[in-house]
Amino acid sequence: MADSALPTAPVPQLAQSVRDRSGVRRRFRYYGEKLGGSLVSLFAVILTSFFLFRIIPGDPVRTMTHGRPVSIEQQEQLRREFGLDRPLAEQFWSYLTGVLRLDFGDSFQFNRPVTELIGDRLWPTVLLVGTSVLVSAALGLWLGVRCAWNHGSLGDRVNTGVALTLWSVPSFWLGLILIVIFASELGWFPTSGMESTGVEGWERIPDLAHHMVLPLVTLVAVVYAQYLMIMRSSLLDEMGSDYIVTARAKGLRDVIVRRRHAVPNALLPTVTLIFVNLGFVVFGAVLVETIFSWPGLGQLFYSGLSVPDLPLVQGLFILFSAAVILMNLIADLLYPVLDPRVRP
Amino acid sequence: MNGLVWARRRRTAARFWTSYRQNRAGLFGLVVLALFVLTALLAPVLTPDNALSVTRPPGSPLEGPSAEFPLGTDRSGRSMIDMIIWGSRVSLTVGFWATFISIAFGTLFGILAGHFGGWGSSLLMRVTDWFLVMPSLVLGVALAAVLGRSLTTIIVAIGVTSWPTTARLVRAQTLAVEARPYIERARALGGGHLHVMSNHVLPNVMPIVLAQTTLMVGSAILTESTFAFLGLGDPTTASWGATIQAARDVGAVSSRMWWYILPPGIAIVLVVLAFTLVGRAIEGVLNPKLRERRG
Repeated sequence: MADSALPTAPVPQLAQSVRDRSGVRRRFRYYGEKLGGSLVSLFAVILTSFFLFRIIPGDPVRTMTHGRPVSIEQQEQLRREFGLDRPLAEQFWSYLTGVLRLDFGDSFQFNRPVTELIGDRLWPTVLLVGTSVLVSAALGLWLGVRCAWNHGSLGDRVNTGVALTLWSVPSFWLGLILIVIFASELGWFPTSGMESTGVEGWERIPDLAHHMVLPLVTLVAVVYAQYLMIMRSSLLDEMGSDYIVTARAKGLRDVIVRRRHAVPNALLPTVTLIFVNLGFVVFGAVLVETIFSWPGLGQLFYSGLSVPDLPLVQGLFILFSAAVILMNLIADLLYPVLDPRVRP
Repeated sequence: MNGLVWARRRRTAARFWTSYRQNRAGLFGLVVLALFVLTALLAPVLTPDNALSVTRPPGSPLEGPSAEFPLGTDRSGRSMIDMIIWGSRVSLTVGFWATFISIAFGTLFGILAGHFGGWGSSLLMRVTDWFLVMPSLVLGVALAAVLGRSLTTIIVAIGVTSWPTTARLVRAQTLAVEARPYIERARALGGGHLHVMSNHVLPNVMPIVLAQTTLMVGSAILTESTFAFLGLGDPTTASWGATIQAARDVGAVSSRMWWYILPPGIAIVLVVLAFTLVGRAIEGVLNPKLRERRG
């Protein structure tokens, strides 16, 4: 992936080093700009979340205690606890320093620090979302390539049709249907949860996989269509290019033209999409985890919403946003590595 | 002058239709949409007066399919068919209004930013960046949770989180249009900012906006059902998502009441798919590069 791939004309030593230095500077500037942009976005998210959860409800205490009998004294107590009796600037400062120390306060319903709750639930979500992204990307890219290469064929039309239909399916509904068919009716898979009780040692891994099948299928089904469509249109675009005609004219086999020439170029926009798409997958995870009682962050978010447990929802909101910002940053940093044409 | 303009527009529309007609999937989507819109409009005629009444329901709760209730009844004893029919009203209303907010703001800001450029344009880009980076659905859920539970909240939440995408698209198209020579001619002839934006840029941006609109209505309906399912909607409106949520609440999953779970989901899939197909067909007509290359 180094510069050596480009044939360079012999240049005098001095000019070479000058060019290198300006190249390095440009590269630093590019990465610096992307990093700075991400930090600005992160700050904007933190700011938004402050105003969203404290200013809009008017009185957070009333929102929190909505529909429950709470005495005036208890309300006052809550107000003091959340620092709502202090001036706004001071509130913002303590909130900001709290967020920077990863302290989101205590959850209202669990009476535990939000950070602790998130730590407990992080791994199941990373496992589910990570696997689903890998599977749906692999499936989407593979089908997308096949569709584009045989565009207009029956296989292409069927695959595109199925993908678009699945994309239109609400994930929570698909999850319920899968539970009815494969868990209640056929009994092939467990209806909910992540592991069975009483399973120890290495047995836990197949047990976990067994529990993960249905949530995974649900997430993949609603997400892969996007990868398929992008890969398909991106490859169709490449197929009209001159270099493909040249490759064919050289007498290369169809498989080689596809694998070595067309697909690597068409892959770029899709790879970016995989990273950028994470926000969408996170939301899918909220629903799928809720339906399947998967003990992850999505389920935690749902339980926070129904109370509403503001510190918890706020912490997760910042966490989800930060994850998306991080993924976008990775995509930005990865892009020049993958595509030498945009290399700074 | 005006007559000439209209004649030209009629011709363009006719050409558009000829091209659109060749997309069979797009036609299918259009027919499905027409059926749903008709159903939504005729809902009061198609269903009995007490169709939605919880206190005076037409049947008894959770009946299976029968001659009287082809799709059974829900937990209050209301006919599922009537629930689906009334649900189409909610879904289409939310879809159209949310899209209207999104498209109106997106087009306005997109054209302004593209036309004037400068710091306003950069500011808009930063704002849209910020919206694109925040998981918009999470933001929507948070907004809906904070603003209280109603249909208006859902509409606002979807509209607010989706306008930046439109704004970016419109801005890019505005920049492309403004680079054309006839804009310079209009300026040279003394056309002001308003004239250029409303008479030259807007008509050229409209087709792209139209394709974006149809695609967005579909995803807005999908988002609405999700919000309703998460319990963020107005509990008294019979939206399709809310019906699925109610089905889950009464344990329709474990007791296999397929007539309670399947129909609302299928309705959502059909409508969203129809909007997506129509949107893609319009895109295909406008951008021949996207059309199927044959041979």
